[in-house]
Amino acid sequence: MVAASPTLAKPADARASLFEGWRALADNYVARRIGKAVLTIWAVATMTFFLVRLMPGNPVEQFIGQLIAQYQLPYAEARDQAASLFAIDLDQPVYLQYFSFLGKLAQGDLGTSIKSQGVKVTSIIVAFLPWTLFCVGISLFISFGLGIILGALMAYWRGSVLDYSLTTFGSLLHSIPNYLIAMILIIFLGVRWELLPVVKMRGSMSPGIQPGFTLVFVLDVLFHAALPILTYVVTTVGTWMLTMKASTTATLEEDYVNFARAKGLTDGRIRTAYVGRNAILPLFTQLTLSIGFVFGGSVLIESIFVYRGIGTILVSAVSGRDYPVMQGCFLITTASVVFANLLADLLYGYVDPRVRVGQ
Amino acid sequence: MTAASTSAPPSTLPGLGAVRAILSTLVALARNPSGAIGLFGVTFFVLVAFVGPTFVPIDTKAKLDKIYQLPSAEYLLGTDYQGRDVFSQIVHGGRDIIIVASTTALITTTIAVTLGALAGFLGGWFDSVVLAIADIILTIPQFPLLLVLATFVRLNNIVLLGVLLAALGWPALMRAIRSQVLSLRQRDYVEAARCLDLGTGHIVFRQILPSMSGYIAISFTLGMINAIFLQVGLIFLGLVPLSGNNWGVMLQLAWVRGAIFYKNALAYILAPVVAISLLQLSLIMLARSLEEIFNPRLRQGA
Repeated sequence: MVAASPTLAKPADARASLFEGWRALADNYVARRIGKAVLTIWAVATMTFFLVRLMPGNPVEQFIGQLIAQYQLPYAEARDQAASLFAIDLDQPVYLQYFSFLGKLAQGDLGTSIKSQGVKVTSIIVAFLPWTLFCVGISLFISFGLGIILGALMAYWRGSVLDYSLTTFGSLLHSIPNYLIAMILIIFLGVRWELLPVVKMRGSMSPGIQPGFTLVFVLDVLFHAALPILTYVVTTVGTWMLTMKASTTATLEEDYVNFARAKGLTDGRIRTAYVGRNAILPLFTQLTLSIGFVFGGSVLIESIFVYRGIGTILVSAVSGRDYPVMQGCFLITTASVVFANLLADLLYGYVDPRVRVGQ
Repeated sequence: MTAASTSAPPSTLPGLGAVRAILSTLVALARNPSGAIGLFGVTFFVLVAFVGPTFVPIDTKAKLDKIYQLPSAEYLLGTDYQGRDVFSQIVHGGRDIIIVASTTALITTTIAVTLGALAGFLGGWFDSVVLAIADIILTIPQFPLLLVLATFVRLNNIVLLGVLLAALGWPALMRAIRSQVLSLRQRDYVEAARCLDLGTGHIVFRQILPSMSGYIAISFTLGMINAIFLQVGLIFLGLVPLSGNNWGVMLQLAWVRGAIFYKNALAYILAPVVAISLLQLSLIMLARSLEEIFNPRLRQGA
C-alpha cells in the first residue's frame, strides 16, 4: 500500500514536468523565435508545393504535355521524367507526395532543373546564393552603420547645414524606387559621363580569375559588386538616418540623460552609453523589414546590373518557366530572409533585454 | 485643431462632419509647405493622367525616319525607338499606374483597417491568428513571391494585379492600426459605449474607426507608394503583360531596346523615370505631412 503511492504519483508528476518544460520552452524568447522561423519556412514551402502541384494547369502537367508533344514520348514515360525532375512521385496520393517533398526539402533535395537537364537545383543555389548574400549583407552592414553615425550627428547638430542637407537627401532618395536609382547610375556614371566601365562590371567576377583569398580576387569581386552595393546603400541609408535622428532626438530629452549631465559625465560617455545605445533600439525593429525588402529587391537590382546572384537566376527561371529552379530559388530566398530576421531578433533580444521577457 | 476635431466621437450629422474634417485637413495640408507640394504633385499627376489624354492624342504610328529625335517643339520629350512621341506616352502612361495603385491601396486599407481594428479590439485567439498570418506574410520577400505568382496567374488584368498586391501589402498597416486601436480601446467614450452594450461592430466601426481617419488616410497613401514600387518593378521585368501605354512598359521597352546607349534618347529614358519618381515623391510628402497634421507631437520634433 505504502509502496504503491509513489508509483501512482509518478505519471502525474512526469506530465506536470513535461507541461512545465513546454511552458518554459514557450516562454523562452529564443525558442519562440526559432519556432516562428520554422513555421514561416514550412508555410512558404507548403504554399509553393501546392502551387506547383495542385493548381489547374500546374507546371507538372504542363511539362508532361510538353514532353509528349515535343518528343512523342508515351504518357507513362513523360510522367516518369517529370516526376524525377520535380523530385516527386506522381503515383502516390497527394498528401504522401507532400510529406516526401517536405522530407526531401529537409535533406536539401530540391529536384533538377528542366532547362539545363541533369543540373541539381541545389548546386545552382550553391553557386549563386553566396554572391547575393555577400552583396546584400555588406550593403546592410554599411548602410546600417553609416545611418546610425549620420543620424546621431544630425540629432546632435540639429538645424545645422549637415542636418538640412542630409534630411533632404535622405527623403529624396528614400522616395525614388531603388531600381530607378540603379538605372540612373548606369545611365549617368556608365553611359553619359563614361566614368565607370558598366559593361565590364557585369557578372559577379571577371572570367579567368581564380577564387581564393588573394588580393586580385577580392578586388575583382568588389569591382563587380560595387554598383549593386552602392545602390542598396544609397537607397536604404536615408531611412536609417532619419529613424536614428528621430530616435536620438527623443532619447536626448529623457530624464536619465539630464541626470547623467547633472552628474557631470563627459559628453562622449553620455552620447555612446546613455543616448546611442538606447536610440539604436527602434532601428533593430526596422532591420527585420529592411532585410526582406533589400533581399527581395535584389531581384531587380541584379537584373539591371546583370549581377550573377540568386535574383538573376530567379528571374531567368521565371521567364523560362523552369519551375524546380524557380521553386528552389524562391524557397532559399525566403529561408535566407527568415534566417536573417531570426539573427536580427536574437541580436535585438541581446541589446534590449526587455523583449526577451516578453510583454 | 484638426487632430482635436477628428479624434472626437462622430457628431450627430456624420456626413457633414466628414466633409468638415476633410476640408480642414486640406486646409492644414495647404498651410504645410511639404504638404502643399505633395498635394499639388498628386493632383497634377491625377489630372494629367485622367484629363490629359483628351487633349493629347496618343501617337502609335511608327515613323522610321524620326527614331530617337531630340526634344523639340514638335516632340516635347523627343521620340522613342520607333519614332513615336514620348510626351504623349507620358501623358497616357500614368492612368494604369494610378488605377492599380489606388485599387491596391483601397483593398489594402480595407483589409488592414478591418483586421487591425478587430484584432486590437477583440484580442484573444483572433488577435494571435491575425498577427501570426501577418508575421508570415511580412517575412516572405514580396518581390520574389510576386515573381513566382506571376507564373501561375496571368496578371494582365489591372484589378487582379491590384488584388494580388493588396493581399501582400496589408500586414504592416494592419499592425499600425492594431496598436492604435489597443490604445484607443482604453478611452472613456469607448468604455461608455461598452457599458451601453452597443456591440462590437458598432463600437469598432462607428466609435473607434472615425477617430482614426487620419491614420487611415496615411495608410492609403503609403499603400499607393508600395503598390507603385512593386507594380512598376513587375512590369519592368516583363512579367505583367499589360498592353498599351504605361510608364512601366515605357521603362521596360526603353531598357530592353538599349535606349540608354543612344545619345539622343536621354529624354526618352529619363521621362518615365522622372515621372514615377516625382509621383512617388509627391505621395511621400503628402503622407509625411498628413502624419505631421494628425500627430502633433511630430511637429515639435521636426
